[in-house]
Amino acid sequence: MATSTEAAGTIGATSPGSRKALIAILPLAILLYAVVPFILRGQPYWLNVMTNAAILSFGSLGVWVTFAIGRVNIAQGAFALLGGYTTAILSTVFGLSFWLCLPLSGVVAALVGTLIGWPLLRLRGIYFAMVTLSLTEAMRLLFLNTVTLHDGGGVLNIPRPAGIDTPLDFYLFAATLLLVGYLAVWRLAGSRIGWVFRSMRQNEELAMSIGINVARYRVFAFAFCSAMGGMAGASFASLQQNIYPATYTVTDSINFMLYCFLGGLDFVLGPIVGTFGLIIAFELLRSIQEYQALLYGALMILVMLFLPNGVLSLPSILGRFWRSGR
Amino acid sequence: MEQILVNGAILSANYALIALGITLIFGIMNVLNFAHGQMFMIGGLIVYTVCVVFKLPYAVGLLSAAVAVGLIGMLLERTLFQRVMRISSREENTMLLAVGTALLLENIALYVFGEKQRGIPPMVSGVYRLGSAFLPANRLLVFAISLALIAAVLLFVNFTRQGRAMRALAQDRTATMLMGVDVNRISMLGFGLGAALAGIAGGLLISVSGVNAGIGTAISTKAFIMIMIGGAGVIGGALLGAVALGFAEAIGYALFPGSVTYLLIFTALILFLLIRPQGIMGKPWG
Repeated sequence: MATSTEAAGTIGATSPGSRKALIAILPLAILLYAVVPFILRGQPYWLNVMTNAAILSFGSLGVWVTFAIGRVNIAQGAFALLGGYTTAILSTVFGLSFWLCLPLSGVVAALVGTLIGWPLLRLRGIYFAMVTLSLTEAMRLLFLNTVTLHDGGGVLNIPRPAGIDTPLDFYLFAATLLLVGYLAVWRLAGSRIGWVFRSMRQNEELAMSIGINVARYRVFAFAFCSAMGGMAGASFASLQQNIYPATYTVTDSINFMLYCFLGGLDFVLGPIVGTFGLIIAFELLRSIQEYQALLYGALMILVMLFLPNGVLSLPSILGRFWRSGR
Repeated sequence: MEQILVNGAILSANYALIALGITLIFGIMNVLNFAHGQMFMIGGLIVYTVCVVFKLPYAVGLLSAAVAVGLIGMLLERTLFQRVMRISSREENTMLLAVGTALLLENIALYVFGEKQRGIPPMVSGVYRLGSAFLPANRLLVFAISLALIAAVLLFVNFTRQGRAMRALAQDRTATMLMGVDVNRISMLGFGLGAALAGIAGGLLISVSGVNAGIGTAISTKAFIMIMIGGAGVIGGALLGAVALGFAEAIGYALFPGSVTYLLIFTALILFLLIRPQGIMGKPWG
């Protein structure tokens, strides 16, 4: 993965697009590769927290893509579960290496996403939200009733990724995954496809009328999202070495959505800021862990009331406030 | 077989209360109430507190559940939903707000009532026989109360001044306002009524199967299934969805082990939505 950023760096001198990519990704890369490991060196617990946050951000970046086409997707937990089980079964039953399982989990999730998404994406608004929520629950029940390796449908003793042993290794892997995901979504959002997505969010009929194959684009967005969910689930399964049908429930699907929303739906960085913000905040608030979920709810309502466009919209609001104050 | 029909009918009547409530809120406010299951749960736990902890009669418990949950609904509508509906730029926002209130209510309930599964002793004892089916008197009472309430809500919505205003609001907000209806008041009333119905449904079901603080999401999911089958925002559709889900559940639990029933219901639902995405009685993207 380092090669791709290096390549971007060398071409960057000539092509303005690549230079923009470098500017977009460099601060995040420095933060993830240098600042975080430096501050948290020798603190495996906090490195684990950051690893979790990075992988969860990767999953919520996927949800952001479906938000970009104007669909509220509450199915990311289902695809994380699917990806997790794909890796769990491939690595324990067939002995495949994690580095093969990870892309395969993404592929399986994308295929299932395409198959399910093709018909379901005809639904809109609350219908799509409700049916994706049902999908999360259906996926849990599916694994509960079909996987018989262990009582309760779980898979245990999933091998750790080869070559990854210390918490720092885990963290660097998660950070790399996140950077690649960020670069991919950032590139997607800025490309022609990104503009097609935005036009679909505003008015699907209008987009259709100017010759955009809306059905194909929205399935692509959903499959892209599902693949990211599947890879996030695969990474978690391997890091935690077990997976159960209840590992991802409706609550997790809602959380993925919540992270995007909290960061701001208009920014590619939104899901990353939202996830890290919430995860770190609640680690710091561990002493009042009893009220954690209560605060989640209250926070969500407060943001809804006062920052309906997410935390990242704060600078522009403050800027406007400052200008009008003068 | 008769037992399955009896169970299905009782479940359907109770689910109809849930579906009616969420449909009223959706129709009038265009808000998908994610907190509906949590309101159901709070209703059940209030009945438990009044009847078991304070040892008051069941009727008092049910009434206080209806009033308390109705007031919670009205309060949420007035303080949160009205503001967000006014300032929001995306239509998802009210839905996300509802998710937030669901989280909040669930955790407040966890804190206030604890996480134990709660039930109350049956209000009436005795068992009737209907052909080969057993029909406990308690369930018959629940069934009768549900049916009476459904009838009352239908009469209210169809034949009273406020009910007519609610239906008008569901059709066209601006036109209703122009006719001199106090839109904010009617919205609050509708939200409160929908919430109260959820509370009553919880208060009724706690005497049959018990309620715990974590049951909300499962109930909301059931409510969503019902309105997806029937069509969102259509009262007839809500009742139809409730009957479909109630009988599907009763038949499934009789034939399949445990969680297979809902797996089949979800699969059937997705296949059904392929053919009719707007539900049986829903308007296409209306």
